[in-house]
Amino acid sequence: MTDLLVEPLLQKLTDQLAPLFSGVDQPILVGIETGGYLIAERLHQMLQPATELGKLNITFYRDDFTKIGLHPTVNPSSLPTDIDGKTIVLVDDVLYSGRTVRAAMNELFDYGRPERIVLAILIDRGGRELPIQADFVGQTIELADDEQVKLENGDALTLKFQKVHGES
Amino acid sequence: MANPNLQLHDDGRLRHFLSVEGLSKQILTDILDTAESFTSVTDRSIKKVPILRGKTVANLFFEASTRTRATFELAAQRLSADILSLDIKTSSAVKGESLLDTLHNLEAMQIDMFVIRHQDSGSAHFFASHVHPGVSVLNAGDGQHAHPTQAMLDMFTIRRHKQQFEGLSVAIVGDIKHSRVARSQIHALNILNTGQVRVIAPPTLLPEHCETLGVQVYHDFDEGIRDVDVVIMLRLQKERMTGALLPSEKEYFRQYGLTAERIKLAKPDAIIMHPGPANRGIEIESSVMDGKQSVILQQVTFGIAVRMAVMSMIASQPGLDG
Repeated sequence: MTDLLVEPLLQKLTDQLAPLFSGVDQPILVGIETGGYLIAERLHQMLQPATELGKLNITFYRDDFTKIGLHPTVNPSSLPTDIDGKTIVLVDDVLYSGRTVRAAMNELFDYGRPERIVLAILIDRGGRELPIQADFVGQTIELADDEQVKLENGDALTLKFQKVHGES
Repeated sequence: MANPNLQLHDDGRLRHFLSVEGLSKQILTDILDTAESFTSVTDRSIKKVPILRGKTVANLFFEASTRTRATFELAAQRLSADILSLDIKTSSAVKGESLLDTLHNLEAMQIDMFVIRHQDSGSAHFFASHVHPGVSVLNAGDGQHAHPTQAMLDMFTIRRHKQQFEGLSVAIVGDIKHSRVARSQIHALNILNTGQVRVIAPPTLLPEHCETLGVQVYHDFDEGIRDVDVVIMLRLQKERMTGALLPSEKEYFRQYGLTAERIKLAKPDAIIMHPGPANRGIEIESSVMDGKQSVILQQVTFGIAVRMAVMSMIASQPGLDG
């Protein structure tokens, strides 16, 4: 599969998300480190909401922590305000097993009790292992288990597709 | 003493944490970096992450402790582990149960990690060499040998204030002979390439062949403290003293107590540390302990993140899963 430019997909997401940001009570955009945060940053520029951008690093919440070990330097999560009673737009680049989103929701609830969480995803590649679905999707692409899609931040944000060998 | 590599897995990662001695600069730096990551958790309203969920940590204290025990408990709880704290002075040990029997009984309760403080040097190594595979031991102070998590929280405090160890001059002052903290600090400072490590003490409170540890020895406080970046005061361990090592507490304070006058000889931005518990008016003047340059209470706070770091690094081994 050829590489995919991110800009058109961002535009599509922005169009879908715009109605959420039309009211007085503005949702909070929260990106999941690292790819999701890059996407959330762009969405924040395009939507220009009244709320500040938030960042989640889910390292401490991963369910495969004992298998993959701990990377010593973890960028801290930072949420701009109290999230109690707020709407959170959780943003990630790729939705696959759903485990990252589960971990992110667990972490969010350690910060407070949001009224609502919606999920915005650039690429939904299928292969879910948990009952988690996105509310806003840039593009849906069915990929085989041995295929991988990765967000690269070069001159422009690009999605690269590649075959992987062994465990993905 | 037991195999020095006992605390490492074959792939070089931490399995137990028994002493700083023998660990690489990389591992020590990883501990400091990981602790830095955890400070973001301890600063927020729900100070808990699920990393050790379902694991059981047993705190075995054969010797009194306030700070170390409490911060190990908090660290384990903030990682979502279940924690059991046993004050052994009030349990079966006094009924004559051997150390090994106590250990095996606790293992039968499926403990994943032991935190041990014991009055005998080498006791943590002894425990570590007898636990089942997959069970880890953390040394919370063994006799006069080592207190590695204390040394690491001290390194963390120094790095927070001074950024790097190269070019720094650090003075450790007081009862070096009886201090497991000093021994661990000296190893850690040297592994991290600290510019200059000085020890300042009367000859009676220095271990034999102290220079071989990679330190410069001073007997005169005023000379030794000159232009240092960090002053670490040690507690005068009255309970470990045997024989007439000291003329009197008053005389000790006159010669080796840190006073507001003396600290002026160090660099103006020097920080003052003390592992606690401190004897006000014996090794440190009260006003200096509470003064601007003192980071003594920060050491306590950082102790939690550092202990979280060590526990999580040990838990991220495939061994603990099996």
